Amino acid sequence: MPGKLKAKIVAGRHLPVMDRASDLTDAFVEVKFGNTTFKTDVFPKSLNPQWNSEWFKFEVDDEDLQDEPLQITVLDHDTYSANDAIGKVYIDIDPLLSSEAATVISGWFPIYDTIHGIRGEINVLVKVDLFNDLNRFRQSSCGVRFFCTTSIPLCYRAVVVHGFVEELVVNEDPEYQWIDRIRTPRASNEARQRLISLMSGELQRKIGLKVLEMGGNAVVGYLQCFDLEGESGLVVRAIGTACTLEKLSGGGATNNAQHTANSSPSKDMKEPVFGDECPSNPLSSGPSTPLRAPPFTSFSPSKSYSRQSSSSDTDISLTPKTGMGSGGSAGKEAGPLKILLRQQTQTALEQREFPFFTLTSFPQGFLLHVAGVVSARSVKLLDRIHNPDEPETRDAWWEELRQEIKSHARALGCHAVVGYSESTSICEEVCILSASGTAAVLNCRFLQDGCLDVLSEHSRGVVVFFCNRCDDSAPPGCGFCHVPYDELNMPFPAQLSPCCCCHRTKVPDVLFTTIDLPTDAQVTGKGCLIQARLCRLKKKSQGEGNATCISNLLPFLEYELHTQLLNKLKLCGMNALFGLCIQISVGENMLVGLASATGVYLSALPSPGGIQIAGKTPNDLTYDQHVSSIQRKINDTIVKNRELYEIHITEVAEDVIGSPIPEPRQRSRLFRSHSESSDELSELDLSHGKKDAFVLEIDDTDAVEDLHSLLTDAPTPPGFYSCNTEIMPGIYNWTSAIQMFTSVRVFRLNNANLTNLGLNKIFNELCENLLKSLYFKLRSMVPCCLCRLNFTVAVPEDELIQVAVTAVAMSFHKDQTQEANKAAQAHSQMKAIAETEEQLQFPLELNAESASPLSPKGSAPSVDYSSFADRCSSWIEQLRLRAHTIRRGSIKTSSSPLPEGRSRSLRSTRSFPGSSVSVVKMTPLSFIPGAKIVKYLGIINMFFIRETTSLREEGGVSGFLHAFIAEVFAMVRAHVAALGGNAVVSYSMKECVFMENPNKNQAQCLINVSGDAVIFTRESDQEGHLPQTSHPQPTEDTPP
Amino acid sequence: MSVELDVFVGNTTIMDEEVYQLWLDGYTVDDAVAVRMEGGALQVFEASMEVLHSDTMDQFRTFQMCERLLYYPSKLTNQLLFQIPPQKQAMLIERYYEFDSTFAREVLGKKLSKGTKKDLDDISTKTGITLKSCRRQFDNFKRVFKVVEELKGPLVENVQHHFLLSDALARDYAAIVFFANSRFETGKRKLQYLSFQDFAFCAGQLISNWTVGAVDNMMEDMDVDLEKDFLHNLKELKILINDKDMLDQHRNLVCAQLRGKITVFGEMEANFKNLSRALVNIAAKLTHTKDVRDLFIDLVEKFVEPCRSDRWAIGDVRLFLTHYTSTAHSLDSFRYQQIWERYMGVIKSCILKMYHD
Repeated sequence: MPGKLKAKIVAGRHLPVMDRASDLTDAFVEVKFGNTTFKTDVFPKSLNPQWNSEWFKFEVDDEDLQDEPLQITVLDHDTYSANDAIGKVYIDIDPLLSSEAATVISGWFPIYDTIHGIRGEINVLVKVDLFNDLNRFRQSSCGVRFFCTTSIPLCYRAVVVHGFVEELVVNEDPEYQWIDRIRTPRASNEARQRLISLMSGELQRKIGLKVLEMGGNAVVGYLQCFDLEGESGLVVRAIGTACTLEKLSGGGATNNAQHTANSSPSKDMKEPVFGDECPSNPLSSGPSTPLRAPPFTSFSPSKSYSRQSSSSDTDISLTPKTGMGSGGSAGKEAGPLKILLRQQTQTALEQREFPFFTLTSFPQGFLLHVAGVVSARSVKLLDRIHNPDEPETRDAWWEELRQEIKSHARALGCHAVVGYSESTSICEEVCILSASGTAAVLNCRFLQDGCLDVLSEHSRGVVVFFCNRCDDSAPPGCGFCHVPYDELNMPFPAQLSPCCCCHRTKVPDVLFTTIDLPTDAQVTGKGCLIQARLCRLKKKSQGEGNATCISNLLPFLEYELHTQLLNKLKLCGMNALFGLCIQISVGENMLVGLASATGVYLSALPSPGGIQIAGKTPNDLTYDQHVSSIQRKINDTIVKNRELYEIHITEVAEDVIGSPIPEPRQRSRLFRSHSESSDELSELDLSHGKKDAFVLEIDDTDAVEDLHSLLTDAPTPPGFYSCNTEIMPGIYNWTSAIQMFTSVRVFRLNNANLTNLGLNKIFNELCENLLKSLYFKLRSMVPCCLCRLNFTVAVPEDELIQVAVTAVAMSFHKDQTQEANKAAQAHSQMKAIAETEEQLQFPLELNAESASPLSPKGSAPSVDYSSFADRCSSWIEQLRLRAHTIRRGSIKTSSSPLPEGRSRSLRSTRSFPGSSVSVVKMTPLSFIPGAKIVKYLGIINMFFIRETTSLREEGGVSGFLHAFIAEVFAMVRAHVAALGGNAVVSYSMKECVFMENPNKNQAQCLINVSGDAVIFTRESDQEGHLPQTSHPQPTEDTPP
Repeated sequence: MSVELDVFVGNTTIMDEEVYQLWLDGYTVDDAVAVRMEGGALQVFEASMEVLHSDTMDQFRTFQMCERLLYYPSKLTNQLLFQIPPQKQAMLIERYYEFDSTFAREVLGKKLSKGTKKDLDDISTKTGITLKSCRRQFDNFKRVFKVVEELKGPLVENVQHHFLLSDALARDYAAIVFFANSRFETGKRKLQYLSFQDFAFCAGQLISNWTVGAVDNMMEDMDVDLEKDFLHNLKELKILINDKDMLDQHRNLVCAQLRGKITVFGEMEANFKNLSRALVNIAAKLTHTKDVRDLFIDLVEKFVEPCRSDRWAIGDVRLFLTHYTSTAHSLDSFRYQQIWERYMGVIKSCILKMYHD
């Protein structure tokens, strides 16, 4: 009995009228935790009752404290008949279980009813007394902190990053139990809400246990999802990155000595623990599951694996060739060491079950190279979960996918996957499981001897540019782009060229990643949202046939999405994608694919070529005209876009390209930015090869489609920028005005005989119109940027497509004051870098000594449908994956590019009398511009169901959903405010399942949201300047 | 192919004042879109008609959801559903309670009952204000009336406190409540030339001078009703016209003061007795509720019209009333100075307000 939960019911207000006769209500409250229930007295005849109850005390296990929510039910007393429920409040008390989070929950909570929505508010006080010995209880993991934020939370320092944690729990869905036939919709909804609340509590506790076993104290990048599998059950699963975090005192400078002292002992301590526990962990199904080593069917496994031993040599030998004396020799010297280190790291990471990280941005120096996106999908047929206590099947499914991802990463010469995420799409009994991430090479020996050499090898070229502001420990802005695999053994066809920043290492021509743009990456101009959208019709079918059909379609869908992405990227004049998220949703008669990413121009990568149009019937004159007019359009668009996104490339070596390619315009800006590095002939060839890759033949229907979608995308209106990442390169001076929003649209396809083409057009327009509407809505915030634009698509019914968007609009100052302050900022940035390095460097916890247990054996042929996924992902790899390298560099997690709170927005100044409701900001980002997060109060993870049987009366589907989303926001804000917070960061709407039956006048919606409750304070004017990142204009063509 | 569902919800509720006004004015979504298009909204960001429609729909829905909170504005300030910045809240409330004075003029002094609601159709046709907007304004009047009617203390402050309105708007509502409570006749043809603002001014005068709360600062009294004792005492003023000597003396004093100062001296001298009788008779009649209702029509028929037919200028009227009031003090046997002042002060300012074409 290690904990005492205390609750006090203070008052209610705005209660609904429950007694028509008196227009009043006789309200009382039931407070329930576990199986214990207390009641308040009835407060008669009032809509604003004052209960002022005693403290209700629950003596409970901390295991229950973690699993169970506190359940508060407000009822209307009725002498003669059953008491009527007014509504409920579920309070997750998890934030009270950690000493560093909230200490008390106190405030007004909306009273929520699944049928009527919010019905008044109730004021509640909740406290927890924990007894000290709680750590001895094995089943609980009180005290482990959870963060949705996918970076090291501001005001914390990562001492150790332990790695991937995952867990899933399954249960029967109450909605599909037999009893549902006889109970009311309200009872069924409440059963579901309660069950999911319980399950996510349990899940969190179990993950917490794993974290404790690993020696960590927190989970960062916690991603929890629900799979509503219908008849076959309900799955709640979560992934995250286990870390040992340490609070930064006062947000100030942590000194280096302390840091080293902290990290190394913990490392010593942890390593053995990890090694021991890993195999014994019952949930890491590694050994028990029949491992299907992922076949990289398209290129022989032997090749990709053999590369490992030999490749690093080749890799190194290539580098110094580019010649600058000292740099070359240094590189050479560093060579062997590097190999050694890399191999160590690699083996260490390989030995780990899954070297995955759900983080999307990293402390400086963590990320060495980024190779590209790795993804895997598999199609499964759902069957009933027979034993909820042993969710083996689901576990095994994910296990397979993760293995596949791991092997993909390995084929790219990478030992880790960052920005990792998992998702599902379910339609009837078919389920598509998807996993994706970015293959990367991490620097895990960051603090050890010898690492400096490694660092210098990569940074050499750039050090020259940066020497005035960072010494050799500061990473360059291009290192992460350098390819981790070698040119001779490339896992897929790609064109490599020398890095435009340092001219010393190879970079790919295009880079796709799922992570955020590293803050110190050298970027030219601004970025923009790039989306590829695709619908594919599919025959309606059942069971295996259906699954096969989907599996067959998937690779094509992915291929086309990638082609579209690449074309649009070119059209924007950019060469890299960050935050790539590809969603594929399955419906009964179609598959919908939506890929979103933020395009940028990485200075290190070669300038993208133009897009060339070619007709198939070259002799037809009118046709030629048509082709050339399209060509002109495209060229104009590219020029316009470069203007729009301020991509001004300094061209030095125009003349070098005596290229025979007949494309007139953009040609001259293509690669070869450094003429002196006389090297390989191959470079010229490469450029040709590259050109060819972007010839579109417009006789081809696909190409027509591509063209269509290319040219119909309207540019963002003036004053607007958009991205789906945390930050927008090129914008730094944010104001404090932010507006988070959710927008949902459902489109009905009435036309039964749609072609793929028609369907695509509709879907494309749907997304475009949605964006246009957003711009229009938010026009008062101009100049502004829509950040973290998160689109989710679903096919809720036969002819419906649903698109939901959550994002935040942030205003910025138009006058780029930073131009003026550049010098000052360079200075402060240097300081910031120095600081963050001290704060954030951390060693990866790795067991470098152990050998890799995963040998690349041939794969056992798999019986299920996931082999299709293999096929499809290899398609991707072959065709689209462009490698990049992560600069080993730096993400200044703690100092996000905030502007000062200098211009307080109108919104935040309140002088109006009588407004008793405190303002709670919400944002999908991990920071709040112009503000400093001083405390994380705990995770917000809420699940709501709303149902109506009077759809028309509530304003139709739009009215219904509008009210519901507003209610969800209100409940999130209320919970945050009750925890003492004033903002939610890393907010996301994980799930929005909407079902309607207009004929019956009914609708139902499920929403799941999550985020981190925080307290922030406004920065004073002066201090605010500090953390801005100024990206130095890359002067790529000057030889060092 | 159609958009089946389309919603936008911001953490801070986005409300466009222009669209809000269209909503308040009772436009349908389509009409509002048309108005916005004419207003040039399309030029902003080359917005298409669908975008405008979607935005308008969305905002109208938001306003509709807010409406029940606006019924009792204090609810708006401590509700949790919509996060609205305080200034915006104030704007929402103020605009919601603003009314068209042409509409208010129509219902002024009428009983705010359901029966009257049927007349809203007619008023809508007559004034060109949409029926929906008429409903809102009428319901606002009724709601404010209901809440304030039984409250103690100063009327304006009560309105302000319960409905969080600006001072000016609260005064207008006080006038409406006051008129509705006393049911003053305002609908006669002869009164048609008077605007709502004229009446609101008069109501303000009556509230601050003739009600119980006016003399007596004790808060427990109500501001809505005229003070009974005062009205009763007004009978005593009859002496001014019934006593022939006094009437003559009064006339002489006034004439002495005004000689050479007004252009219509002759007419004034000739008409003095009639005018004085009219004013005093009005005072004496106020004991009866029915006659109170006729206050304004009486003032117009008995005073304003005769003066107007003699072409008095407003300055003449002012001078006359000023001296008419003040010279009464010099009448030896006149003992009701205080009541006289209280009565004439209001009458004078009302007449002056009403003395126009």
